[in-house]
Formats: sequence, C-alpha cells, structure tokens
Amino acid sequence: MESQSQLHNNEEFIAELQDCAKLLIEKLQGDQYQEASQLIHSMVEVRDRHIFQAVGKLTRGLHNAIVNFHVDADLEKEPPTIDGSDVRDASDRLSYVIDLTQKAADKTMDMVEASAPIAMNLGQEASSLRDEWARLKRREMTPDEFRQLYKRMDEFLGQMDTGTEQLNKNLQDIILEQGFQDLTGQVLKRVIGLIGEVERDLVSLVRIAGQVEEITGLTSDADKLVEAAAERKMEAEGPQIHAVARDDVVSGQDEVDDLLSSLGF
Amino acid sequence: MKILIVDDFSTMRRIIKNLLRDLGFSNTQEADDGMTALPMLKSGDFDFLVTDWNMPGMTGIDLLKAVRADDKLSSLPVLMVTAEAKRDQIIEAAQAGVNGYVVKPFTAQALKEKIEKIFERVDG
Repeated sequence: MESQSQLHNNEEFIAELQDCAKLLIEKLQGDQYQEASQLIHSMVEVRDRHIFQAVGKLTRGLHNAIVNFHVDADLEKEPPTIDGSDVRDASDRLSYVIDLTQKAADKTMDMVEASAPIAMNLGQEASSLRDEWARLKRREMTPDEFRQLYKRMDEFLGQMDTGTEQLNKNLQDIILEQGFQDLTGQVLKRVIGLIGEVERDLVSLVRIAGQVEEITGLTSDADKLVEAAAERKMEAEGPQIHAVARDDVVSGQDEVDDLLSSLGF
Repeated sequence: MKILIVDDFSTMRRIIKNLLRDLGFSNTQEADDGMTALPMLKSGDFDFLVTDWNMPGMTGIDLLKAVRADDKLSSLPVLMVTAEAKRDQIIEAAQAGVNGYVVKPFTAQALKEKIEKIFERVDG
C-alpha cells in the first residue's frame, strides 16, 4: 500500500523530470537560454520537493514504528535508561520461568530424597523378615524366636502402613509440582508473542532504513557483515533444539564419543 | 576422593552431587562459576573437577585452560558436563585437555561410564 503510493510518486517524479528534460532540449536548440536556465531551476525544485516528500513519509513511518515499540525510556541520559518496554516485559517473564522451574525442581528432588530412605528401610526390614519367615517355614524356629518374629511382623505391618502412606503422599506432591509446566508454558507463549511483535516492529524499521539509504545513496558495509557471521560460528549456543537438522552439531552422547574417538581422544 | 562440581544452575549441581553420591563419591564441594572455582581448586586439594561450559563469569573451557596452565593443577582430571553440542566446541575441549565430555541431558549410566573411564586411565 505504502510502497505502491511511493512507486506512484516515483513515476510521477520521473515523468515530470522527463517532460522538463524534453522541454529543456527544445529551449536549448531554440537558443532560449534564459528560459532553459529557468527550466533547470524548476527541475531542481521538482527534485527537492520529491526528496522532502519522501523524507516526510519516512519520518512519519519512523515515528509510528517507534511508537509501536512501546518503549518507556529516558532518552536524555547517557546511556538511555529504559523504564519499561516489551522486551523488558519479556525478560521479566523469562526470569519468572527460571524461578518457577528452579523451585519445582528443588521441591521434586526434596520429595525424592525424603522417599528414598523410607523405601530403603521398608525393603531392608522386609528382606530380613523374609529370611526369618523362611526359617519358620523350615520349622527351624524356637518358640521364643517365634514370639520375637510375631512382634517384629506386627511392627513391620505398622511401618508399612505409615511408610507407604508417606510415599504415596510424596509421589502425589511430585505430580503436583509438575504443574509448573502449565504456568511456565503460558508465560512462554506470551513471550513468544512479544518477541514476534518486536520482530515485526524491527522489520518495519529496517524497511524504513532501507528507504533512507536509497534516498541518501548510502550502501551497507558488506565486509563487516561477513566478519560478524564468521564470529558467530565459533560462539557457544546452549542446548541444541534442531540438532538432527544441523551438520555442525552432534545429537547425543554416542555421537560425542564417536567424534572424540575418531580424532584419537 | 574430593570432587569439585561447577555449574551456574544449582539444580544441576544438586543432580550431579546426588548421582556422585549414588556412585559412592560423597566428598563433594560446589562452585557456581569458573571464577569462584579456580581459587578453590588452587587452594583445595581436589582430585577431580566436574564442570559445565556456559557460565557468566569464567566459562568451563576457560577454567579448563587455566587448570591445565597451572603447575599444581595441570594433571587434574576434568570432566565436562554440558549442553554444548557443536563439533567445534567438543574438539576445542578435547584439544584443551579435557578427560571426558558428557552432553546434557545425560543418564546416570553415561556419567558413571565416563568417570570410570577417566580413573581407569589415570590409574593405568
């Protein structure tokens, strides 16, 4: 829409220049130097007007793009301080996700660490009682020993009762802790939305910058871009999410081991 | 055996500590960055270093290089446990003298095998 009207203006501008140019040639051929000079003057005016219009449009476009960024900042300071923005909002939400997942992991591990000894103790006692029970079955037990076994069995059944109750509670708490995924999922979806918006606004700015470059005749520094791309190749990237699709990345411990042994390590 | 566990996420330090304890290694200490780990290693008599790669102050790879460059620490066995899976980085770590490389997410089995392999080599 905008670019079509820009195109239309460009066409009009070029058409005006062409008309003036034709007229200029006529005047020169007819030795009408004063009128020719005036024509040159008006061609310059046409060109200037065109540039001013284009710059005016760009300025308006820039203003809109900046407003869309919703950045609440004090631009007088050096460096500018940002009090609020979509990106700031996204960062806060991501910090919240880190916090929530940390707490859930800690709580889950607490539950597991509390459950392990309960399970172990029950297991050990059960194992020991089983041996005693086997002796009983083989009729190797004295009446005294049987009375002890009787008591132990009784206690054990009680321990089983409270122990398994606690274990079940811990297991259920672990399930509940996984609820973090719901909360973090919602927050992350919102962050994905925010990032999409910021990207759209940035693309607008890039387009405007491109148009400015066209008018002012600037070209981009191609060499610097190539250098930056090379530097990025060697940087750490964190966990790989598309490992299978990339050939500069290994997926899984086995591939790590293969790579290292193929190099003699 | 005294082990230093270095990772900027406390959850991961806890997981590794637990796994090491299950393998029989209960003498462990923790650091949350290469920066804090290096002085601990220099003054501490550690027998084994387990470290992540990505840490804000000093990365694991820089910690490894600092350890190998130090007279007292140069032969300290080092195991990297990290999410970094780019070939270039694995090779960089190997060339810097890492003794083992475990990628996250990892299993208890993988960790156990790498540790056993390291100490097999050190003893043998």
